Amino acid sequence: MSLLSIQDLSVTFGPFRAVDRLSYEVNAGEVVGIVGESGSGKSVSSLALMGLIDYPGKVTANELNFEGMKLLEMKDKARRKITGDEIAMIFQDPMTALNPCFTVGDQIMEAIAVHQGGSRKERKLKAVDLLRQVGIPAPEERIKSFPHQLSGGMSQRVMIAMAIACDPKLLIADEPTTALDVTIQAQIIDLLLDLQRQKNMGLILITHDLALVAEAADRVVVMYAGQVVETGPAAEIFARPSHPYTEALMKSLPESSQGKARLDALPGVVPGANDRPSGCLLNPRCPYATDKCRTEEPELIETDGRSVRCFTPLTQQEDAA
Amino acid sequence: MTQSNPTVQKPVTPLAEFWFYFRQNRGAVIGLAYVAFIVMMALLASLLAPHSPTEQFRDFILAPPAFSDGGSTQFLLGTDGVGRDILSRLMHGARLSLLIGLVIVLVSLVMGICLGLMAGYFGGVIDTAIMRISDILQSLPPLLLAIAIVAVLGPSILNAGLALSLVYLPHYTRLTRASVLAERNRDYVVASRVAGAHAWRLMFITILPNCLAPLIVQATLSFSNAILDMAALGFLGLGAQPPLPEWGTMLATAREYIQSAWWVVTFPGLAILSTVLAFNLMGDGLRDALDPKLKQ
Repeated sequence: MSLLSIQDLSVTFGPFRAVDRLSYEVNAGEVVGIVGESGSGKSVSSLALMGLIDYPGKVTANELNFEGMKLLEMKDKARRKITGDEIAMIFQDPMTALNPCFTVGDQIMEAIAVHQGGSRKERKLKAVDLLRQVGIPAPEERIKSFPHQLSGGMSQRVMIAMAIACDPKLLIADEPTTALDVTIQAQIIDLLLDLQRQKNMGLILITHDLALVAEAADRVVVMYAGQVVETGPAAEIFARPSHPYTEALMKSLPESSQGKARLDALPGVVPGANDRPSGCLLNPRCPYATDKCRTEEPELIETDGRSVRCFTPLTQQEDAA
Repeated sequence: MTQSNPTVQKPVTPLAEFWFYFRQNRGAVIGLAYVAFIVMMALLASLLAPHSPTEQFRDFILAPPAFSDGGSTQFLLGTDGVGRDILSRLMHGARLSLLIGLVIVLVSLVMGICLGLMAGYFGGVIDTAIMRISDILQSLPPLLLAIAIVAVLGPSILNAGLALSLVYLPHYTRLTRASVLAERNRDYVVASRVAGAHAWRLMFITILPNCLAPLIVQATLSFSNAILDMAALGFLGLGAQPPLPEWGTMLATAREYIQSAWWVVTFPGLAILSTVLAFNLMGDGLRDALDPKLKQ
């Protein structure tokens, strides 16, 4: 049984579908990367999973199971207990994700107190130990620091310490390195992956960074305008992208444009609430679009463990050629 | 090459940082000192005061203060129309005025925080209901509203306090709501929700401490307003009733001596003026110290 299984998860704000029939699974000890441009519904889907979508947003799903428990049918309180104990989340901007009014020690100890209890002394020891695990020097001193006294990288380490404080089974990292500079990014990702392997957690890694996903993830979900356009094992997808959107994302990496004057960028932007094209949502931006793409909407079709939402997947064309 | 010092610099405690910025403002420090002086005076009134605040010395009606012609050291600031020692009455009056100011501010602060938190956090119908009622309260002239409420409830020091609490309530509600709206969508609040915190915990433990700075400033500044308005109600005969030694009431009963015995009306007036000024100075200093935008 998989740790988390999502079937046809949709999040709607009025008539606008921010997430449209999203399905994926995460197994224990597995890293799933979710990639896509800004506005493609990556973050919203993870918020929906945690039950953080407020009115007027509406969440529906055929299945939203965590260890076989149906999250959508649970009472609010029971659900909070599960999400708090078993699922943890790391945010994009560590500088705003810590409460400025309390020391980092207090905040970590609070998380431990709520889910595990123990005396103040035990919790303090545990907090120091957690800070040491995430590689913060002089943790005994640092637990007395306030968030504004820490750098971005340090704050993100503290966030990770808080996230793993109650030994979650699933960790959602929502663009955990976007607000950090490049050298720190690598350190934070290494730390995350280390901890993930040590504790055999499931990890959902939401990011723009394709190189990172290619390196770290077991499986990839590529999202565009709220829909999954391609999923499959990371290695295969990056070796042979099947959907034109995946291909375009990879072409837009600086590495793939070496020797060229300009970067191969995908023209246009993700369609918003009021400018959705008919047919395939990508068709105005897709170099391969045909008349069929402009009128009919493609379905997600699975072959050999990979799914793709396209009438003319690139891999099929290659095979035919 | 010089050896760098390996000792980690001790983080500055918030209190030390606050004091550093507060100290920059000389007026604020003077205000704080004066407020401390008044508070001591009020606390020790029964020890320091030379006479009872209500005892009438029939032989010394309208005795002038010690430093003017015909004054005696028995009554340092003179006596009023029925022979009571003004200094003693001012000392005991400080007790009453500060207590009333404190109670009014605390009542309206606590209620305002609760209402503002609910309005800001829950939004929707609750928000609209609370804020429209605040609008109505704020659209009436404050003193007039207080007078109307006291007129309905009957004149007494308690009712006047209640009325003024209600008048100040919308300020705190608005201020709290505005801060809550700014804070509630921050990542740390979402992180708390993820960790399983329920609404009340989020409101009072996660969000509220981050909204306190403007509220503290507003509370100090309206402390002086409360004293002033209470004095005004007392002057109109709607606040403390004689023979209670309340500053405003003292002023009111001294009206008829404005021409003949200046000290009866001057000293209570000066007491109100200096106390209000001290609180305002202190409030300014607090704002400078607590508002990050004003820090260099």
